[in-house]
Amino acid sequence: MKRETNDWEPKIVAFLCNWCSYAGADLAGVSRIQYPTNIRIIRVPCSGRINPFFILSSLQHGADGVLVCGCHPGDCHYLTGNYNARRKFALLQSLLEYAGVEKGRVQFSWVSAAEGGRFAELVAGVTESIQALGPAEKLVKR
Amino acid sequence: MSELSGQIREAVRKLLRQKEVDLVIGFEAGTLPLHSTPCFIREQQEAERLIWNSFCDNNLAKYLGKRQEKIAIIAKSCDARAIVELIKEKQISREQVVIVGVPCHGMIDRRRAEAELEGKEILEAEENDGELTLKGNGFTKVLKRSDYLCYGCEVCFHRNPVIYDILIGDGVAEKATDQYSDIAEFEAKSTEERWRYISDQVSKCIRCYACRNACPLCYCRECFVDNTHPQWTGKTTDISDTMIFHLMRAFHLAGRCVGCGACERACPMKVDIRKLNRKLVSDVKVLFDYEAGISLDRTAPLATFKPDDPEGFMLNP
Ligand code: SF4
Ligand code: SF4
Ligand code: FES
Repeated sequence: MKRETNDWEPKIVAFLCNWCSYAGADLAGVSRIQYPTNIRIIRVPCSGRINPFFILSSLQHGADGVLVCGCHPGDCHYLTGNYNARRKFALLQSLLEYAGVEKGRVQFSWVSAAEGGRFAELVAGVTESIQALGPAEKLVKR
Repeated sequence: MSELSGQIREAVRKLLRQKEVDLVIGFEAGTLPLHSTPCFIREQQEAERLIWNSFCDNNLAKYLGKRQEKIAIIAKSCDARAIVELIKEKQISREQVVIVGVPCHGMIDRRRAEAELEGKEILEAEENDGELTLKGNGFTKVLKRSDYLCYGCEVCFHRNPVIYDILIGDGVAEKATDQYSDIAEFEAKSTEERWRYISDQVSKCIRCYACRNACPLCYCRECFVDNTHPQWTGKTTDISDTMIFHLMRAFHLAGRCVGCGACERACPMKVDIRKLNRKLVSDVKVLFDYEAGISLDRTAPLATFKPDDPEGFMLNP
């Protein structure tokens, strides 16, 4: 963390699917793996439940970044939720970048229930990259 | 063009005479030059009103939804493509429509033509043989038709209706166009430049929703912009609200937008709506190899998936 140069800490909203990614975060917790406290987790039933509006609303209401996680392909509790979601996410991320929202504000990854360690690393990486981008200004409603 | 009008009337008379349809949706002369107006016909003798010219730019597919009767529709290629998507989305059945297809030479962008006249009022417009003659008080201006087409028409690569029951006139030659060079050009700009451009455009928006109302694929009874529970995005013209409105309007048309340009023509504030639409059109083509309105058999790209869809955009997928 760049605390010495800057007191600002990013706020990152993380949407985690109930069955894999949230369980992955839970595993990180019960295993007492340390990771940055910048994320605010919102549990959703499935990555397929994520409406692109959730992501945009987060940015509108002051999140500096958004992380979206679901089960690995083939592992979705509802079989195909993540496959359908992946298409939406690909288009949304590309559209946001195209419109001039900084690359990296909105990130996606697959995290399984067994990947507690990986979840912690992911959060550390995402926090660092959003810290480097600085506060999100563009979609915030003032 | 007048020949085509004649053939359209002929076909429509026959359809009404034989009671094959109850309603015909086509174009009639507008009250202003450079404008044709959608018209709705139920009687044979009214067929005289129907015309065809370079000002028939509305997308008539807009009027198909939620009707019970049997309908004939005069459809240029982008109307026909919108009809294909509407059939797939079960807004109308194939059996309910008789598609009278008209191959299209492109429609005139009246704003481009008007721009040549430095604010002088056009009282009369005529077209013949590739020329557009504009007349007003004390002036006559002759323009080369092909220089004043709508942008969507310039880059159109489906000028012949993809689906029809009756075809009016001869087919037209398809043009080879560099379809997405405008997108590539925009993408080459820096993030900040792109943001500035889009936010400048979007900040002109007054949230009148004419773009939505003109779009043939915007048929939801309750649009997200009207929803208050939840309120998906604010209703103000604050840049954050308008930006999210525009991003999501475009997103909701991903894999559905046929590029007819109706939204942009309807916009009173000249917002460059196409800039966002076309990005999605091109992404859908590149990522999922899908073009809206081309085939009745292919499933819409966001209603399906492939196990090996691209996921290079994700963090260590
Ligand atoms: S978004 Fe615009 S260009 Fe696309 S189908 Fe709707 S009206 Fe036509
Ligand atoms: S028509 Fe133009 S001004 Fe009206 S809502 Fe659409 S973009 Fe905004
Ligand atoms: S349940 Fe985890 S992505 Fe569907």
